[in-house]
Amino acid sequence: MLITSFQNSDGFTLTQYKAVFTNDYILQGFKNSITLSVISAIIALIVTLFAVYAMMKFSEPVREKILILTNLTSNFSGIPLAFAFIVLLGNSGLFTLLFEKWDIDVLSSFSLYSWGGLLLIYIYFQLPLSLMLLYPIYDGIQQQWKEAAALLGASSWQFWMKIGLPVMLPGIVGTFSVLFANAMGAYASAYALTSSNYNLVAIRIGSLIKGDIFAQPELASAIAVILAVTMVTAMLISEWSISKTRRKLK
Amino acid sequence: MKKRGLADLFFLLLVGYLILPVLATMLYAFASKWNKTILPEGLTLKWLSTLFQDTEFIQAFGRSVFLAGGAVSIALLIIVPAIFVIVLYFPKYEKWIQMAVVMVYSFPGIILAVGLIRVYSQIGIPMIFVVLGAYVVGILPYIYQGTRNSLRNIDARQLLDAAQLLGASKRQAFTKILLPTVYPGLFAGALLSFSVLFGEFVLINLVVGSRFETVQIYLMKKLSTSGHIASAVVFIYIVLMGLLTFVIAIVTKRSKGATNL
Repeated sequence: MLITSFQNSDGFTLTQYKAVFTNDYILQGFKNSITLSVISAIIALIVTLFAVYAMMKFSEPVREKILILTNLTSNFSGIPLAFAFIVLLGNSGLFTLLFEKWDIDVLSSFSLYSWGGLLLIYIYFQLPLSLMLLYPIYDGIQQQWKEAAALLGASSWQFWMKIGLPVMLPGIVGTFSVLFANAMGAYASAYALTSSNYNLVAIRIGSLIKGDIFAQPELASAIAVILAVTMVTAMLISEWSISKTRRKLK
Repeated sequence: MKKRGLADLFFLLLVGYLILPVLATMLYAFASKWNKTILPEGLTLKWLSTLFQDTEFIQAFGRSVFLAGGAVSIALLIIVPAIFVIVLYFPKYEKWIQMAVVMVYSFPGIILAVGLIRVYSQIGIPMIFVVLGAYVVGILPYIYQGTRNSLRNIDARQLLDAAQLLGASKRQAFTKILLPTVYPGLFAGALLSFSVLFGEFVLINLVVGSRFETVQIYLMKKLSTSGHIASAVVFIYIVLMGLLTFVIAIVTKRSKGATNL
């Protein structure tokens, strides 16, 4: 298909790759991206695990409305999202001023335009995705199982530890790798916030092809290919483990 | 129970965390002055009205609609019939589409941009058409999901056979029976694709750049000049997305209800 032609950035020798792996700056970009993606994915995953659990107690129509709402916020990404966080936490942002007034010092060491700010934004766009992926997995845990476990004398805690979580585990792993891939490929919000000052892989590629410094399309391709390999691996893991969960739930 | 409370707390945190930035931006769009105070000093419609008088914005908006709408229409014309034929008559090829869907998911804009520039910049096609093409492929997952789900729900193969038994031609069966029944699913998929493309920034910015200024690029430009105008743009964007999400929700609900009958 057409897509295969897109990834066909042929014609490079191994020197590009060598350049990537010996260039500390690019390696640092990879390291930053991976750290950011892993941490944001883990936090989003933990929060939504509990949140979906709480959500299950609502009636079906209410849950549907919550899903619609999260759907809406999942569209709220990229530049608009970066802007919203500037309004909240930027130099004269709402919370920045609020904390200043109350003399709370938490924010003085915090800058939206660096790692901490990026992490907050990444968590923001991970949450709706994570919620939408985890919801059907939770939904598959049937009430009968809980009742059966309770009849056999298991506490709710025991049920989740011994039955619920193990059943969901592949699904959770799959969700994690989708989130990881999602964050690795994100470009717009980081670009809008730090305008290529913060060293992330996606930002590196962007500035290499756009020529913010000077354009090096070959090097950009090499980085892109490595990134693509990472992403495809993550997606394959998720496909595999999600289909495994589905089979279990049936 | 203690654990229950903890879960609720996480849930509230999540909802708050998701809603707060949206609300703040919307408020900012109406604030007359909001630099040194915690809440805005006054409310005004000034920013929105300046925005609507700015021809640059109107043009950018038009371009976005044109680009996203164009890609969705092309996808509907080309991809949907292909999916019909594959799902109905060649189910064994379906796994190839599914693979393509996974591929689309795993290639984010930033990687795609590199490939597109490398492959197409020498050929001489205007890059805007390249981006349009990439958009058409990029929305494949949404369109595919929408079409396939509705085809599955109605057991399309049997319906078609029944129509043909009753004397309808293949064409009649398609246009009179199949299309109306899958229409809601398709419509929802199309709207979803539109809203995704409308917010797309990476490809258009990297591949085409400011030569074809869409709403997202306009917003990026305004971000450094006027926060109020930027928030007005975001406000309109949120309202539009809200409308689209709402319509999608209604359409999917209705189609669900129809198949339950």
